[in-house]
This record gives sequence, C-alpha cells and structure tokens, in this order.
Amino acid sequence: MSSVRELFIILISSSLVSNVVLSQFLGLCPFLGVSRKTNTAAGMGAAVIFVITLASAVAGVIYKFVLTPLHLEYLQTIVFILVIAALVQFVEMFLRKAIPALYEALGVYLPLITTNCAVLGVALTNVQKKYGILTGVVNGFATAVGFTIAIVILAGIREKIEFNDIPKPFRGMPIVLLTAGLMAIAFCGFSGLL
Amino acid sequence: MNKAGERLWNGLVRENPTLVLMLGMCPTLAVTTSAMNGLGMGLTTMVVLALSNLMISLLRKAIPSRVRIPAFIVIIASFVTVVQLLLEGYLPSLNKALGVYIPLIVVNCIILGRAESYAYTNPPIPSLFDGIGMGLGFTFSLTCIGAVRELLGMGEVFGYRVMPESYVPIGIFVLAPGAFFVLAGLTALQNYIKIRGERKGRDMSRFQSGCGQDCMSCGLSGCSSRMEKAAKASGAKASEAKAGNDRATVAGGSRPGRVERAVMAAGGKANEIPDIQFVNGTKEGKK
Repeated sequence: MSSVRELFIILISSSLVSNVVLSQFLGLCPFLGVSRKTNTAAGMGAAVIFVITLASAVAGVIYKFVLTPLHLEYLQTIVFILVIAALVQFVEMFLRKAIPALYEALGVYLPLITTNCAVLGVALTNVQKKYGILTGVVNGFATAVGFTIAIVILAGIREKIEFNDIPKPFRGMPIVLLTAGLMAIAFCGFSGLL
Repeated sequence: MNKAGERLWNGLVRENPTLVLMLGMCPTLAVTTSAMNGLGMGLTTMVVLALSNLMISLLRKAIPSRVRIPAFIVIIASFVTVVQLLLEGYLPSLNKALGVYIPLIVVNCIILGRAESYAYTNPPIPSLFDGIGMGLGFTFSLTCIGAVRELLGMGEVFGYRVMPESYVPIGIFVLAPGAFFVLAGLTALQNYIKIRGERKGRDMSRFQSGCGQDCMSCGLSGCSSRMEKAAKASGAKASEAKAGNDRATVAGGSRPGRVERAVMAAGGKANEIPDIQFVNGTKEGKK
C-alpha cells in the first residue's frame, strides 16, 4: 500500500514539478483557448479537476478489474478513450438532472474536455507508472490542480497584457506562447523541490 | 496517379498540418527535443494517418453519419495500438523516448481532422495518399523544429556535432520552455507571412492562427467557437475580440456545447481554398 508520504510526493510532483501543460504539453488547447479571462479559466480548471479525478478513478478500476484479469492490457488505449468519452457524456447528463447548481458552474466546460489529451494522458501515465487506484486518483487530481494553477496564472497575465503595444506579427497566439514559455521557465524552478 | 501526387504536394506544402494549419500542437511541442525524436514521431503518426485514412475511406459507406466520430476513434485507436506494439517490439529505444505520446496519437487532431474532412467523403486511394502527404508534412515540420531545438540547445543535429567547439549551447531550447519559444517564433513568422500576403492582395485564408483559434486543435476538445460560447454562457463578456485576423467563419449553433466540430472542407479539387465552418452537428463540407 502506498504511504501518505508517497502520495504527498506525487501530489507535489504532478501539480508543480512536472506540470501537465508547462512541462508535458498535455491539454494545450484549452490552456491557450480558454485563458482570456480569469473567471472562465477558473471554471475550466474546476471542470478539469472534476473530470480528470473521476476519469483516473474509473480508468484505474477498469484496468485493474477488467483488463488485467482478462489479459487485455494491450487494449488500454482504445478502452480508455471510449470510457472517458462516455464518462464525460454521462456526467454531463447526470449533473444536469441531479445537481443543477453544479451543472450551471461546470456544465458548459464539460463537453470541451471529452477527449482532452490530458485526461487520456493521465489515465495512460497511471498505467505506465504502475500506480494503484488510490495513487492514480491522487495523481489525476494533482495533475488537474497543476493545470488549473497554470491556466489561471496565464489568464491573469493575458488580462494584463491585453492592451499592450505588441509588434503586429506577435499579436494573438505568439505572445501567449511567449508568456507560456516564460511561465515554463518559472515552473522549472520547482524542480529543486523534490 | 496525378491525383495521388497532388494529394502528396497538398499535405507536404500547401496545407502543411503544422506550419500552415497549426494542427497537432501537443505532440509537436512535446517530442521535438531532437531531430531524431521529431522524425520518429512524424513517421509513426504518418503510418497511423495513412492506414486510418485508408480504412475509414473503405468503410465510409458502412459507417452511419451519426456515429462516425466514435467509429473513427475506434479505428484510429486500433491502428495506434498496433503501431505501439510494433514499436515496442522492434524499436524499443524510440518507444521509450516518445513514451506516452505514442498512445496519445489517438487524440491527435490531424488524424481525426483528415478522417472527417477527407477520408470520409473520398475514395480509398486518394485518401491513402492524402494521409501519406499529410504525414510527410507533419514529419518534415517536426524534424525541422526538432533540428532547430537540437542545434540551439545542444549544438548538434541528429546527434552529429555541427556547431564549432566554442559554441555554448543554449540549454533552455531542449527543455520545455524552448518548445514554447520556438512555436511562438513560428506562429509569429506565419502571421508575418499572412499580413504581408494580405497586403499584396493574396488570399491567405488557408493559414490558421494556431491552437486555441481553430477547431480540432486537439481532437474534439479545442474548438474555440465552443470555448467562446462557454465563456458567453458563463456570464463572461461576449465582446472577446477574436485575436488576429482569423477568417474562419462561424455559423449556426446557438446552444453551447452542441456545435459538434468544425468541418474542414479541404475539397477534392486542387485549386480550392478550404473554408472553415462551424456547422451544427451535421457534416456539411462547404464545397
């Protein structure tokens, strides 16, 4: 069984040290696409935390209790992507019926992350690193928290630089990418943490 | 045969997926730490792209339009699994270097994009060559980006030292931030070419302005029109100015989250400029 200390290390390393967007480049599209305003960025982050945590739990359970006993581990990619897509649809329907308040807050972001590469990436990383179900869920949660931290910071910076006088070719995507690059340098500083 | 050649040229130059269409940015940034990794990733993607295009084109009459996206994903995922197992068996070092990004080819938007916009509406042989052409274009640009990063970051290309002894490598270029900087330079260059071309009165609408701006940047996830609808729906101001001179036309789709995807109508004809359109659920390539 995994000790609390080990879980804590995973929590730190997945959220800060090897940040999902800034050092692994997963989930770049929502990172660049929904980071114009801090409140939408925070909403997206919350939805990502919700979906990735749930998806890593479900993928972990399926891998351990369905794929491994049947010796079908090689089908993981196909199974995971279908499970994640179905799960997001199901969660959306469930939230709309059962918890309308939460659906109001997260609902609009859910379809956007159906096949987000970060969700699939976390599920596959959990298998590759041979994490158990609990460890996998913690890893998924930490990864999503890292995503939220990064996207909220980027949105804050983008709000600040929105009216700056930027050379014409650099307007739009290039300046955002430069900002992300500088953030990635800052996040490199965390690598001494562990 | 002429058709096949045209498809290859289209993928390699006219609609180069990375440099012109700005698709598939996640693997582009992640694996291009060296020219060799870029080449490996590009060729792997090309094999998957060509085979899935061929298979989808062969099955295009059998797949009902309503369930085509899940069907595409299953076909693509199957080929990715096959390729992953082959790499594990025959090129373990490459497999290790590319790691989790091999199975993540499944959510590479280029593959789903070509399936949707070309293979599903065209006969098998052109589709196969379309896949090979797009794959070659992807391979070419990945190798170039990888070579630039390797050259600046380590002073080497394909592992051979090219810079003089006195050159001090800029280590940041092989690390994560370097990827963002190289891509920023690339998109700025693309913007520059686009602005200059428009000043001369050329039609530059096939150039797209990067991830976040167009759909299919990341499988089904990165559609910016959906994102903007989401932003509007959650009460954010609707006045989000569309950055850059993005010419993608947005049509239809009033409910958030229901706009299935942008349909990229590359069209079968050689001289047609593709037009990006966000269509409500249905697959309507604008011809």
